[in-house]
Amino acid sequence: MTRIPLERKVLNENDRLAADLRQDFQRHGTRCVNLISSPGSGKTLLLERTLAAFEPGRRVAVLTGDIQTDNDAQRLARYGFPVRQITTGGACHLDARMVTTALAEWEPDAIDLLLIENVGNLVCPSSYDLGEEARVVLLSVTEGEDKPLKYPATFHRADLVVLNKVDLLPYVPFRMDLAREYIRRVQPDAEIVEVSCTTGAGLDTWRQWLERQKTEDRSQETEVRRQKSEVR
Amino acid sequence: MHEMSIAGSMLEAVRAESVRHNAHVLAVGVKIGELSGVDSESLRFCFDALVQDTDLAPLALQIERLPWRNRCRQCAQDFAVLEYRTECPQCGSAETEMASGQELEFAYMEIAET
Repeated sequence: MTRIPLERKVLNENDRLAADLRQDFQRHGTRCVNLISSPGSGKTLLLERTLAAFEPGRRVAVLTGDIQTDNDAQRLARYGFPVRQITTGGACHLDARMVTTALAEWEPDAIDLLLIENVGNLVCPSSYDLGEEARVVLLSVTEGEDKPLKYPATFHRADLVVLNKVDLLPYVPFRMDLAREYIRRVQPDAEIVEVSCTTGAGLDTWRQWLERQKTEDRSQETEVRRQKSEVR
Repeated sequence: MHEMSIAGSMLEAVRAESVRHNAHVLAVGVKIGELSGVDSESLRFCFDALVQDTDLAPLALQIERLPWRNRCRQCAQDFAVLEYRTECPQCGSAETEMASGQELEFAYMEIAET
């Protein structure tokens, strides 16, 4: 018997496809955001509110993942932006290959902002890189504030945590201070925004976060271009 | 339950190594971090179910669990995180970052002598 050392990730193939996607996104100036939460936390409604506020002609597109039905795509398509449903047919997460296939028919440089709504699940999506620039995890106040401790793998990889449905705070025993504390414990670097898609509270901050990602990267891009032209 | 797709990815890699070395793979060793989001028991169940009654059998799965460890950004202390206490036990700083615990990696494969 011979032992062969193998130092590589098990999801090597997914990571390779995700790296290709990330490179394409960067080349075409597309900002890709991956939204993860349990079922019913409000990902689709948050996306509806987000799309409703964009100017027509804004180059934004949505991929939405579900195990069955294209209900979410139908809801999201009403806002006039390109939307595609990925029906996984049983798989509990999106992977980089599904995203690659779904994007194949779109002009990649026609999208400035790509929002990916993952399958509702706080466990499985966390292992699968989709080539995104930022990962957003939603937690609604009806779920209990200890979700970050119960699903640390998912919250640990969050760039932003959206605490959703804050209009329901008077009716549920959700402690916002504890939720923030638990998020901080598993991911000290995550930003946190409190949102209600019903009252509209916090949506401006959420939109600013989306825009800020873009603006920061734009300025970095401009910087790179400037340096390149100086080299020439 | 994404352990089935992970087990599937592992077996693709086993087949590739088997072809490369022209030998039967007897065992595959993986490292699974506490924060990888992968449950060892489900993974073992799915792995065995996929291997059973195929040309890959017999194939053993050897799992090494890696605990969650953080490193302090202030004093560089490396420590095990217990009960979600991420502050540095040496200097008390809250500024710590993950050092290990997210792994989902192959460590080795054992192949039959040819």
